[in-house]
Amino acid sequence: MSQVAAMTTVVEPAESPLTPESWGKLGMWTFLAGDAMSFGALLAGYGALRYGSVDWPVPADVLGIGLTAFMTFLLICSSVTMVLALAAIQRGDSRGLRRFLALTVLGGLMFLGMQAYEWTHLIHRGLTLTGNPFGAALFGTTFFIITGFHGAHVTGGVIYLSCYLVKDLMGRLSQTDANAIEIAALYWHFVDLVWILVFTFVYLL
Amino acid sequence: MTATHRHVNYFGVFWWLLALTILEVGVIFLPIAKLLIAILLVGLALAKAALVAMYFMHLKFERRTLALVAITPLLLCVLLVFALLPDHSATPHRSAAPPQAPTTSH
Repeated sequence: MSQVAAMTTVVEPAESPLTPESWGKLGMWTFLAGDAMSFGALLAGYGALRYGSVDWPVPADVLGIGLTAFMTFLLICSSVTMVLALAAIQRGDSRGLRRFLALTVLGGLMFLGMQAYEWTHLIHRGLTLTGNPFGAALFGTTFFIITGFHGAHVTGGVIYLSCYLVKDLMGRLSQTDANAIEIAALYWHFVDLVWILVFTFVYLL
Repeated sequence: MTATHRHVNYFGVFWWLLALTILEVGVIFLPIAKLLIAILLVGLALAKAALVAMYFMHLKFERRTLALVAITPLLLCVLLVFALLPDHSATPHRSAAPPQAPTTSH
């Protein structure tokens, strides 16, 4: 029996080649690379439709740049609180982790609230998934699909981080979970990174 | 390489991101050619994305092959943009086709 046990310990899974800390981190990076292709395909499609349209409105005339610039600022702030939460758990500071994780979740919720406000405002002005009183109807279609897809990611991120916040409040998160928080942070920063591109291509260009 | 060796000034990165965002919003009101505005905006957005990936996602401190995994989607998407452009550039379209005159058919 002990011989069997000794033999099985020999066949341990190899260390992740790109992320020696964990396989999970490599898994998250691989997922994010695929997810980036989803956003990339949406943005490339947006570009092609806009390029071929003769009545595409100037986004800054229809969309509120001030509000979305503030939303960008908010996501950047939440990325900073996320790295601070990670730094806190890595040095075993549980109070810091709780505070910064809660602030990150709050930032995400505020972002979603502002997006809901923006959507409601635009829908009241007639911009819908199929209609646009300011020009090309596909402007509305692409706007709601791209910002909606991103909003769904923010929602997923808020749920993801909230799970860790609840786990922490129950006292079940310790310094040994730093790797899991780092993986969750990767997702959150990716959502921020994508918004930087969405803000530029959909709102500013 | 490890977490303990990372001494990133996160607030420095934050101020850079904030400054670049303000610059981006300012650029759209510049009285210059639209193409130049577009080039500036794309450049600024890529700079911000690179800052987030390198410092917040710690890509700067990872193995170089992982950076290749991360950059591949960007390269594929640039390729996709150029692959899609000819589809529409040849046939500019309006969203709503002008109403056609009713045809009398028997």
